[in-house]
Parts: sequence; C-alpha cells; structure tokens
Amino acid sequence: MQKIAIVAYSQSQCVPQAGASNEVELIMPRLQEVYEQAGIRNAQDVDFVCSGSCDYLQGAAFAFVSGVDALGAVPPIKESHVEMDAAWALYESILKIRMGQAESALIYGFGKSSPGELPIVLSQQLDPYYLAPLWVDTVSLAAMQARLMLESGVISESDMAAVVARSRSNALNNPKAQLAAQVSVEELLREEEFVAPLRKHDCCPVSDGASAMIICTAEKAMEWGKPYALISGIDHRIETHNLGMRDLTDSPSTRTAALGAGADSGPIDVAELYAPFSHQEIILSRALGLGDETQINPSGGVLAGNLMMASGLSRIGEVFNRIISGDATRGIAHATSGPCLQHNLVAVIEGAA
Amino acid sequence: MTSNSAVLAAVVGIGQTKYQTKRGDVSIAGLVREAAVNALQDADLTFDDIDAVVIGKAPDMFEGVVMPECYLTDALGCNGKPMFRVHTAGSVGGSTALVAASHVQSGTFKRVLTVTYEKQSESNAMWALSSPQPFSVHLNAGAGGYFAPIIREYMRRSNAPYDAGIKVAVKDRLHGARNPLAHLHLPDITMKEVEESMMLWDPIRFLEACPSSDGACAMVIVSEDVAEDAPKPPAWIRGCAMRSEPTMYAGREEVSPQAGRDCAADVYKQAGVTDPRKDFDCAEVYVPFSWYEPMWLENLGFAPEGEGWKLTMEGATSLDEGGDIPWNCSGGVLSSNPIGASGMIRFAEAARQVRGDAGGHQVDGAKLALGHAYGGGAQFFSMWVVGAEKA
Repeated sequence: MQKIAIVAYSQSQCVPQAGASNEVELIMPRLQEVYEQAGIRNAQDVDFVCSGSCDYLQGAAFAFVSGVDALGAVPPIKESHVEMDAAWALYESILKIRMGQAESALIYGFGKSSPGELPIVLSQQLDPYYLAPLWVDTVSLAAMQARLMLESGVISESDMAAVVARSRSNALNNPKAQLAAQVSVEELLREEEFVAPLRKHDCCPVSDGASAMIICTAEKAMEWGKPYALISGIDHRIETHNLGMRDLTDSPSTRTAALGAGADSGPIDVAELYAPFSHQEIILSRALGLGDETQINPSGGVLAGNLMMASGLSRIGEVFNRIISGDATRGIAHATSGPCLQHNLVAVIEGAA
Repeated sequence: MTSNSAVLAAVVGIGQTKYQTKRGDVSIAGLVREAAVNALQDADLTFDDIDAVVIGKAPDMFEGVVMPECYLTDALGCNGKPMFRVHTAGSVGGSTALVAASHVQSGTFKRVLTVTYEKQSESNAMWALSSPQPFSVHLNAGAGGYFAPIIREYMRRSNAPYDAGIKVAVKDRLHGARNPLAHLHLPDITMKEVEESMMLWDPIRFLEACPSSDGACAMVIVSEDVAEDAPKPPAWIRGCAMRSEPTMYAGREEVSPQAGRDCAADVYKQAGVTDPRKDFDCAEVYVPFSWYEPMWLENLGFAPEGEGWKLTMEGATSLDEGGDIPWNCSGGVLSSNPIGASGMIRFAEAARQVRGDAGGHQVDGAKLALGHAYGGGAQFFSMWVVGAEKA
C-alpha cells in the first residue's frame, strides 16, 4: 500500500474545562498551527478535509456542523465527517489519497466533554433495548473488565498502579498534559477506590480540546520541503457488542488490526496506546506483543489527558512527533472506540529515510 | 491538482426495506439487517464475503443511540472486520455511499457492504433538530422552517407560478405509486388535494413535504474484477464528488449554493457529462420539499437559472408524462424519508435504473444516472454518477 506522509500535527492543552470557548475556538488555533508547520495558508491549500466528533458531547444534533466554520470553506471545499474519533477521519482521508482524489488532507478532531457527564453520556452507546436503559456508565464497565483481569490473575493492582505512575511521570515532559506528577506505586495504592477495583487515577480525566493533522503523498511532502514521517500501514477492527461474548481480558481486534497494518514487519520503538483505563494499557500492550524495546505512551497517554474524539488522532500525532524529533524510527499508534475496547485502530508510522 | 488513479468500482447488490411510518416488528438492528441481507442476496454474496462495513445515519440524537456502529456490528456481520461510521447531516446517505466506494476505489478492499437507516418512529427529529445549542442561534422550526424563506426567495426571483411546487408533489407521489417500497402510495393524488392540504411553513403545504419514515437502504460495492462476475448487471461508478460550505457567510447564495454547483461540475467532469439534461437518462435528487425540484434543476445545470420550474411544469421530469429527463422515478424523498438513508436511496435508485432493475418505475434503456444528496443548511453535497457501461 502507498505510504502516506504526516507533515504537521498539533494538539491543544488538555484542560478539564475550556470555559466559554466554543468548538470553533478550540479548533482554530490547532488549524493555524498545522498550517504554519506545513507552510500552507489555510484549508483551501489542501485537497480534502475530514473531522471526527460526537454530537452528544455538545448535546445537539448536527453539532459538528459548526466545525466547518473554523475552516474558511469559501469557496466550498471537499469535506467529510465521521461520528468517530478523528483517527478514523485520518483513515477516510488516507483512502481519498490512495484513490487519487486528493494529494493532501487536513484532519481534525474535537470534543468539549465538560458540560455533560461523559461516562453517563457514553452509556447511551450501548444496545438501546437491553443495555442503554440500565445507564451502565463507561467507568463501571471498565471496572468490571479490571475485576475480570484481577480475579483471573492476569494482573495485580500494583501492575495497574505502575501504568499510572509511568503515565504521570512521562507526562511531566508533555506540556499539553492535564495530569503529571512524580508518584510511586505505593502512594497510588494508598488512595481509596473509586469504582472498585478502579481508583480515580486508573481512569483517564475528562478533557476539553482539539487536535489537527496534515497528511499528504510522499511526493507532496518533498515538494513542501518539511520534515515528515510515513504511515506505512493502518487498519481497524471491531468486535461483538455483546460483552458476555468477548474475552474482556484480551483485545483480538487490536491484534488483527496490528497485523493488517504490518506492525510485525519491524521493530517498534514507541507505542502510543489509547487506553482510557490503566488495565486497558496492559491488555493492549499484551495484544500487540510489546516488549521492553518499546517505549509505551511517552506522552503519558490518555491517562494524562483525554480529548474525547481527538485522542486517537493525537496518539498518531505523538508518534509522529517522536519520529520527527529523532527519538524513534518506527512506532505504532492505537485508537479505540466503544465500551471496553470494542473497536480498535492501529497505524504504523516510520521515518521518511 | 490530483490525478485520478482510482480502481474502478461498481454496485452489484442493492437492498431496501419497505418504507413506512413505523416498523414496530423489528429493532434498529433488525431493520438494518433486513436491508443488508436483501443487498447481499441481490449480489449473490454472504456476510462472509464482505471485507468491511460502512454505515451512515443522521444525528445520533434522533434515536438516542450514541455511535450506533458499536451496537450494530453484530447485526451487520462485521465482527472482526473494519466498521466505519459516516455523519454529514442530511447528505449522509450519499456521503456514506461515497466513503464506501472509496474503500474499494482506493484498492484497499474488494467487497464492501454499506448501510444507512433511520427509525423515525423511535425518534423525534423535530425535537432533535430544535434542541438549543449553547453557542448558536436556536432554531425552533425544524427543517421546513429553515428552508421555507429560501424557497420564497426562489419564487420571487424566478417568477415561478405558485403551483410549481404542487406539481412536483403530485408528480413524485405518482412516481411513488409505481414503487412498492415507497412509504406513500397516493395513485389518485390531485393538484387540488395538494393545494388544499394544510400550510405548514408557508409556502410549504403538508403534501409538499416529505413524510417521516422508518427504513434502511444497503448496497454492495465491489472492485472491477469482482463486478465482472456478478450475477446481475453492475452499476459502474463513473464519478464521485462532495462539497461543503459554511451554514452562513456574508454574501452566501442560499437559493443555489456554490457548493452544489461546484460538486455537480466536479462529478460531471469525472463522468464526461457536458449537458446533464441530455446526457443523463434520469436522476434521483434529494427533494424533501417540493420546490427543491425546480431549485436543484437550476443548481445542477439541468435548466438555466430561473427556468427550472419550466421543466417541472412541462412534465420534463415526469415519467407519467413521458418527460425527457425523469427525476425521482422512485417517488423520491417526498414519498419516503428515513432521513439517514434518504441520500443513499437516491444513489441506490440511480444504480437500479442503470442496472435495468427498477421494476415499475424503470426508465426504458437507462444508461447513465445521477444520484444526489444534500444536508445541513443546504451546505453539504454529495453526488455520484453511475452507468451501465464502464466509461
């Protein structure tokens, strides 16, 4: 498959509440930054634009339409939208480039989750007849998954706390992070449980913000003369919605997507995994077969700040940043959607050389 | 700009449900599965043959299911496969078809199933469209209230006779009476009946507006080599285009939006269409309120500016009057409107025509057809051109 170049990426500061800022105001600074990085003027200079967001975060049908106001879409542009994380907007954009309808694309994701109660809102993602009426929130479902892992002896509470400690510590080097600290496993385990067996720190925070990316063909990237990294593969898979039919301690869809993306065809220096709960990072790294040679979530991951609908795109952007900075030569990025890691996307990103 | 290196793709399976006010006999999953199974049977394929599924629907708030692809994967046989969800407002049915096509045209997959739906009986579109947003102007009147003033402006500019909309309402219902899947079957409808129906949003009368329907529409889109072996004639995808513009901006042309004109020009160029009225045998165009037929006739270049209503009044767009360019032979959105699916139904019905498989509303010898959808404040457009021949 044709390799696709990433030439620009920007993410906002993860904040618990963006206050009076509306979605357009969250998006626009990110767009300005990626335009500057790519050396273009505006969205008219790319061939395609695709975004990811969720109407329910804003609590209004067609809420995504306002995002178009951030683009300067006069004259009209080629533009589309997915009601998914913006990592899938990236996927759609890659298809557009592969089919020759575009040489370059702008992708952005945004979410202002603070006005609602995100875990409760997401309970309405469940089967509308049998599960949604129970209003089982995402934290409770994840707690059930963690319980399964603890009781089957796959992990210990210390393993979970170790994930959090590393996230907090790594996030000290991430100026966009919401939660960063030097904290020990022992200290974390002394905290009280939130939704047992999860402690508050096992759960990602709720964050407001946006991220944006510009991709193009390798030829276009050379023409623009900016540093770039290459997406050498991308794939995504979904699993059954029936939680009782899944092995919640594993993520076969992540494994299949990784194979589809060609993750196994070389070493993996860095992995950015969209794990909203500490134990899920362990599930994902095991499904991906990651070992000591791979640095996991050097940004702190989403435990340090979770921009709903943009975090998946941000994982890809974080790997891009590390390749551009020379910290890594090949990495994988992961995005997820649905309860207990139901739907997973894996992208392989490598240096341009 | 860009070179089109796309893999040739075709529609080889189409499946729809019967459109009606309420499908109380099935769940949302049951509804989408019914359309999907019908499409697979039409293509002589099974769920196992499908590489990826692409779904679309109008806002999640309609039925109150957030990101319903998570819930619908089982019903659509997608477990272990890629599942994709498109949402581009009212144009979503068309956009979903285009995104599904791009899964094949990009060379990434061979066989893709795409499904769109709405179960309006389990939702409240008027409520969902009227709920206030924290940062924008509150719109209380739903879609009809938004479009009525724009229609008035069209009437003022074009000096169209007051009954052009009434004529469209009758024509599309007579078309719908030929289509067993259409929601409304009104074979005896008259101009007088439409004129006397209740005024909803002046100048839109009750019978000049689309119904609220439950229903789903599905297609199987495959690569050229697979299409060659299809049991029934394929509809070859000859052009695909999308355009968007903001809801509001200074100097915006709302009656004939630039995005619609640009989108049409793009898709015509890809398909080698220079004179749409002459080159197409028929068109399925998103007309949720009657007056949008003459308005889109102009926007899409079938008639000069200000003269779209003349085609309507002459019967040029009517199958029953033997018109040269029949529009919405299936009955259109005015006869069936499961919102999220309505755009895809246009795309699928265009494909049925060029496959020679449109039953009682078939245009004899149709070789080239346009599928069209729009959404938002008439700001999102998606279109495709399908043909009986590859080029």
